[in-house]
Amino acid sequence: MSTIKITVTRYNPETSSEPFTQSYTIPYKEDMVVLDALNYIKNHVDGTLTHRWSCRMGVCGSCGMMINGDAKLSCATFLRDYYPGEVQVDPLAHFPVIRDLVIDMSDFMDKLVEIKPWIIRSEEKPLEEGEYLQSPDELDLYRQFSMCINCMLCYSACPVYGHDKSFLGPAAIALAHRYNMDSRDEGQDQRAEIIGSHEGIWECTFVGECTRVCPKHVDPAAAIQRTKVQLTKEYFISWIWPWGNR
Amino acid sequence: MTEEMSHDILIVGGGAAGLRAAIAAAEVDANIDIAVVSKVFPMRSHTVSAEGGAAAVLREEDSLELHGFDTVRGSDFLADQDVVETFIEKAPEELIQLEHWGCPWSRDPDGRISVRAFGGMSVKRTVYASDKTGFHMLHALFQTSLKYTQIRRYDEWFVSSLLIEDGKCVGVTALDLETGQLHPIVAKAILLCTGGGGQIFPFTTNASIKSGDGMALAYRAGAALKDMEFVQYHPTGLPGTGILITEASRGEGGHLINKEGERFLERYIPGKMEMGPRDILSRAIMTEMNEGRAFEGEYGGYVHLDLRHLGEKIIDEKLPFVRELVVKYVGIDPVHEPIPVRPVVHYMMGGVSTDINGNTSIPGLLAAGEVACITLNGANRLGSNSLTECLVFGALSGRAGAQYAVDQKPVSQNAVRSLADKEQKRIAKHFLEKEGGTERVASLQEEMHLTMEQGCGVYRTGESLQESCTTLKKLRERFADVAIDDRGRIFNTDLRGALELEFMLEVAECIAHSALAREESRGAQSRLDFPERSDEKFLHHLLAYATPEGPRFEQQPVTITRWPPEERKY
Ligand SMILES: Cc1cc2nc3c(=O)[nH]c(=O)nc-3n(C[C@H](O)[C@H](O)[C@H](O)COP(=O)(O)OP(=O)(O)OC[C@H]3O[C@@H](n4cnc5c(N)ncnc54)[C@H](O)[C@@H]3O)c2cc1C
Ligand code: SF4
Ligand code: FES
Repeated sequence: MSTIKITVTRYNPETSSEPFTQSYTIPYKEDMVVLDALNYIKNHVDGTLTHRWSCRMGVCGSCGMMINGDAKLSCATFLRDYYPGEVQVDPLAHFPVIRDLVIDMSDFMDKLVEIKPWIIRSEEKPLEEGEYLQSPDELDLYRQFSMCINCMLCYSACPVYGHDKSFLGPAAIALAHRYNMDSRDEGQDQRAEIIGSHEGIWECTFVGECTRVCPKHVDPAAAIQRTKVQLTKEYFISWIWPWGNR
Repeated sequence: MTEEMSHDILIVGGGAAGLRAAIAAAEVDANIDIAVVSKVFPMRSHTVSAEGGAAAVLREEDSLELHGFDTVRGSDFLADQDVVETFIEKAPEELIQLEHWGCPWSRDPDGRISVRAFGGMSVKRTVYASDKTGFHMLHALFQTSLKYTQIRRYDEWFVSSLLIEDGKCVGVTALDLETGQLHPIVAKAILLCTGGGGQIFPFTTNASIKSGDGMALAYRAGAALKDMEFVQYHPTGLPGTGILITEASRGEGGHLINKEGERFLERYIPGKMEMGPRDILSRAIMTEMNEGRAFEGEYGGYVHLDLRHLGEKIIDEKLPFVRELVVKYVGIDPVHEPIPVRPVVHYMMGGVSTDINGNTSIPGLLAAGEVACITLNGANRLGSNSLTECLVFGALSGRAGAQYAVDQKPVSQNAVRSLADKEQKRIAKHFLEKEGGTERVASLQEEMHLTMEQGCGVYRTGESLQESCTTLKKLRERFADVAIDDRGRIFNTDLRGALELEFMLEVAECIAHSALAREESRGAQSRLDFPERSDEKFLHHLLAYATPEGPRFEQQPVTITRWPPEERKY
């Protein structure tokens, strides 16, 4: 039977103040993903190993971790891409660790509320009047940015977030952009104010790491880029025509 | 957490049903204090995996009457028709509401919401957001819920028991996973929206969190579970992982083919072919397997789902997620090769018995969504009715719960302190501080899977069911001897897994006994020893109540309004 060696960085604040690593050699099959390996360890070898997962099909966003140094979804990363080499698993970078591979994402949850990710309108159409019409082209303007599964891989890859936790970060800005681009929404100014009030966005130098690691092709780098342009434009407009900013 | 955890309405679950309920409650009155307790962050809830779509009558060429009849016929005449009528009437406005909340529904060129075909629906009426419908619905609901400041969330809190005082439900005990503390949270009304329990079976489309928790919680507290024998198999899951290949792939024109290269449905349901209902298609595939006309692979028999004739453009436009999943998890491209599929457990028609507003038999306790059996789905759910069900009845019961709460006196946390202490001691004694114990959670779970697949699968007999009942009883006894590895407090998923298995074993037992008690074949229940539907003997619901000896059954008549039972023909 073929086997593979998995090394996991572990941490349990109840028993040790420092993280430590632990290696497990487990049976290997072609169709196994890294998550299967972790579950094998949890079920058969060491029930204290702690990680999050749920859908095992790349859509719930729970199972992000560093796999051989790269931020990835463990349910969508195959062991065969590393075999016969070893696999090293660490918690997502740039986040406080609660235990083993479980990170604390409360910072993102707060930022999510901050950017007002809901449809903002001055007037609501009554339900009896039916849907807001939206053409497929209008849908295409924001569709890509609505694909975010909140997996946090982009935060792990983002050098700005790495040193400045006040940065709203790729996924939050992409989501704000998603609503801004939605033909049903009128909240762009409110969101621009919020995003503009955070310094971080000006530090982003478009390394594009967020877009590279994003498993859902959201392209947060493009969203940040366009948001910046929009912010400068708004700033510019309010400067020349202080009365004219919509 | 030092503040008093006391609310007007407490919703367990942050999936489509729970979030829709929370928003509905918030809109009853801005002063209503709402809690949403969920064992995962709401956007991780299983609703996220739903692919195909949500049904409602939005087009002139469709009619409520037809949606109603399709649903009742699909249910093999076991749906309560007053519930069906409410459902079809409210469905359109709920989907429009979601559109107003930003859900990116797929659109026609004229800007209207598009509709697609779905199995068992006689016209195109399934609204969709590409093939990530559940994902988009869940995120739209979650993001919209964030604007209501009176909704307080308890993310990653696991509800371990319901607090019942003087026959009323007054709260829950919940384990804060991050700290490992068990807290009582009290409320005037408790609404269960905990979803289904596909993890009771080995091959399932369901996520790991779908362990029937809410069903077991209510059952233990004395509420009835209804129609638990009806477990839906989806005809097209991937062998091995059970990952779902959405019905929309057949709706868009995909074909099912056996080893002989035949479109074998010709033999079973020529009138509908691939667009037939799930129970009939699943049985057809199983029969092909049993009669040697299926392919054989590492994970047993399978047939082919062929999309090649649709072409790359349609596949990418309408079914991009299917392509993504198949390329990733099967290693083939459905544009060029057929997809191996087999029937896998998908949905539970049964659940906590409720009336049309979501009330259970315990005052103060309501249920909605997949966990509930309000009886919309009867013996077989039609695909794309359940997301809509979560919206329609999530909203109704959220409102009902909030209104009920307004009239109740506040509950104080002190009143339930002793109940909570008891629960704390139970968890310590059986798990965290247990001495001895030789059973592993994972092995008991595997044995449960085996007996459920063998005894309570697509085809059942009195004998196979009896055997499952016996095995499950033994497994429950052995569970008393379970020892978990992890004795820590912080984020103890080993403990969570043990508590979930305990829930699953109870629900599994209820499924097996219910299936044994129903000596007929109807919808998803196919008894080889009773192959016919028997309206004389079984045109009623089975209510199961927990007793130390196993479930005790009562009958409840089916409500029939417009559609008298007839032979189910397609
Ligand atoms: C792969 C797949 C595809 C599907 N596709 C479709 C489709 O196209 N159309 C359709 O109509 N239906 C579809 N369904 C069915 C539909 O998705 C589900 O029935 C529906 O989403 C259930 O929603 P829910 O809100 O009831 O529960 P869920 O979304 O499962 O949410 C349950 C919630 O309860 C919480 N919870 C559970 N137990 C506890 C506990 N002990 N303590 C605290 N919280 C708890 C969870 O954290 C979660 O937030 C599909 C199902 C699957 C599996
Ligand atoms: S933008 Fe991409 S990488 Fe970032 S959280 Fe969303 S899905 Fe994950
Ligand atoms: S388990 Fe859901 S994304 Fe990996």
